[in-house]
Amino acid sequence: MSEETKEPLFSPKNKKLISEPININNPVTIQVLGICSALAVTVQIDNALIMSIAVMAVLVIGNVLVSLMRNAIPSKIRIIVQLVVVAALVIIVSEILKAFVYDVSKQLSVFVGLIITNCIIMGRLEAFAMGNKPWASVLDGLGNGFGYGLVLVIVAFFKEVFGSGTITIPGFEKFHVIPQAFYDMGYENNGLMLLPPSSLIIVAVYIWVQKLKNPELIDEQGS
Amino acid sequence: MAINRDSNVYTLSFAAIMVVLVGGLLAFVSLSLKPIQKANQTNEKMQNILQAIGIEETATVSRDEAGTIFNDYVKRRITINYNGKILSDLAVNDPIKPQDKLDAFNIDIRKEYSKYIKPIMNANKGNDEKIKSELAGNENIHFPLFICENNGKKYMVTSCSGKGLWDDIWGYIGFESDGKTISGAIFDHKGETPGLGSVITEDWFEKQFRSKSIDENGYTAIQVLKPGKNLDNHQVDGISGATFTGVGVDEMMGRSMEVYYNFVKSNPEILN
Amino acid sequence: MELVNIFVRSAFADNMIFTFFFGMCSYLAVSKTVKTAVGLGAAVIFVLGITVPLNFLLETFILREGALAWMDTEGETTYASYDLSFLSFIMFIAVIASTVQLVEMLVEKFSPALYGALGIFLPLIAVNCAILGGALFMQQKQFNNVGEATVYGLGSGFGWFIAIVLIAAIREKIKYSHIPGPLKGVGMAFILTGLMGLGFLGFLGF
Repeated sequence: MSEETKEPLFSPKNKKLISEPININNPVTIQVLGICSALAVTVQIDNALIMSIAVMAVLVIGNVLVSLMRNAIPSKIRIIVQLVVVAALVIIVSEILKAFVYDVSKQLSVFVGLIITNCIIMGRLEAFAMGNKPWASVLDGLGNGFGYGLVLVIVAFFKEVFGSGTITIPGFEKFHVIPQAFYDMGYENNGLMLLPPSSLIIVAVYIWVQKLKNPELIDEQGS
Repeated sequence: MAINRDSNVYTLSFAAIMVVLVGGLLAFVSLSLKPIQKANQTNEKMQNILQAIGIEETATVSRDEAGTIFNDYVKRRITINYNGKILSDLAVNDPIKPQDKLDAFNIDIRKEYSKYIKPIMNANKGNDEKIKSELAGNENIHFPLFICENNGKKYMVTSCSGKGLWDDIWGYIGFESDGKTISGAIFDHKGETPGLGSVITEDWFEKQFRSKSIDENGYTAIQVLKPGKNLDNHQVDGISGATFTGVGVDEMMGRSMEVYYNFVKSNPEILN
Repeated sequence: MELVNIFVRSAFADNMIFTFFFGMCSYLAVSKTVKTAVGLGAAVIFVLGITVPLNFLLETFILREGALAWMDTEGETTYASYDLSFLSFIMFIAVIASTVQLVEMLVEKFSPALYGALGIFLPLIAVNCAILGGALFMQQKQFNNVGEATVYGLGSGFGWFIAIVLIAAIREKIKYSHIPGPLKGVGMAFILTGLMGLGFLGFLGF
């Protein structure tokens, strides 16, 4: 334990743990992880927000727990132990949602359960928390959670505004952003935006913009 | 620390300790949150029934209030079968016991549909007469019915359940004391497309049903039309972009309301 | 009839990939060539066909509220009052992880040829959301018997298989097209999946 040099809480290295996943190493658009839930709960902004918070909570706590146990976990059952930690956390999150924000839990239904198999979580536990100290794991969890949430909220924003003409923020009334005058002139909400396939296309455009700004990410060999 | 982390003994004991800890923790969380979750579900159902009456007093009742004022309005809970036979008849003073599966309040209308009605309808697709006779022959199908009272006027809240585009849809329909005129309607769904099919839970859709009638020289089903048509006293506007959810609402109401219509016809005293 | 209905519906209308995005991670990662796509797709059908009915039995006889009623002697309700449904996530994932492990060992022992084809994909499947998603949807849909659940599992797996084989075939060809640089790779795969999803909506009757 003595070879460790004391590191400041927010050293440049630690800051990078947060900032990288938000942009150039985004878990959803660059690492292509955790897409299932990312796309399916994005019809309204409030659902997307709650889902991101739930994922972030599970990710941070799971990261810390696994990181604390990293020297005790037998290597043979490593994956199972991680799954159990995640599954237990998800059950707790789901029970809390059911008890305190019942309406939201009704809308998220199976997708809460799917946090368990969200590849971001398993990926970060295996790749990061198993080999790093708790504080770094917290930051890594936060960073990836933010990166994930950012994509979710952006996709949900476009889907909701163009699909239903509203913005829903938890705790507030539905906010109508398209003025009535537009509808009177013949504007109609685009129902297609609410259907599942359009989230894929929005994410694709997001990737396009992101890679245009960061040309080093372009995958020339890709197909 | 001389423990060998790769030995079987260590692995097994680690697994055992973890199972006990995790199991205990989960059981604790689940047990301590259970009462709140159960209350949420019951209160939501009460809220739906109260709002379906269609009176001002209960129109904006919140989920938590619903539990406390439910008995002020709902005076009688009756369960009937397809032929109108009364299977259970409870007054406001009878407490709702979770074990009493025949109590109208405990009937799970989604289950009634998926377990009994759906197989019959799938087996006899297109043959309406056969479906009706099979439904009538099945004693297991329950239809809950709530007699409500407000300012001396009686109302009847009925229920229906069926299938939307993706998953189950269901609703509570309130009637005036003539048993024919709709006083209010509340719909809910499991997984209709948000913003399209899910619009059936919005006010403008539900309010359309008010004062529509299911009677015109005998039973007449309420129809959900494509939006923008001229409507008569038995028709409502559907939702653009959600044709199949509309068809589902149409079908489940047509099928279920007939049962209640016939029941009131042969037991008119129930609403007097 | 009911079974055919469930199969067609789960394979096409409720397609795991195009309408629910389940299993997208491995879908995007392993769809670069048709050959590997077929391997993974087959493995998913296989595993879904086994785990969905297993989880169905678990759900019906152990987890669901009142499911333990079969342990009661006549007239008692001691066990029937237990509700273990809060354990369902953890039980499902345990069943899935151990089934995958078991299947892997069995296949390796009895059919080395099949193992050569499926081998590397099997471990990937334990964390494929399509498998857990299958179990969770099964729980929601309240099937009446184990036959329906099996057919649902197979149907969903088949839908996933079609999806990944189709996209792999397109990606093999699109390599030779001129695509804007930033869209190359994942971006294009997303757009393609979106377009195919629009096509699959047709099965719902849009």
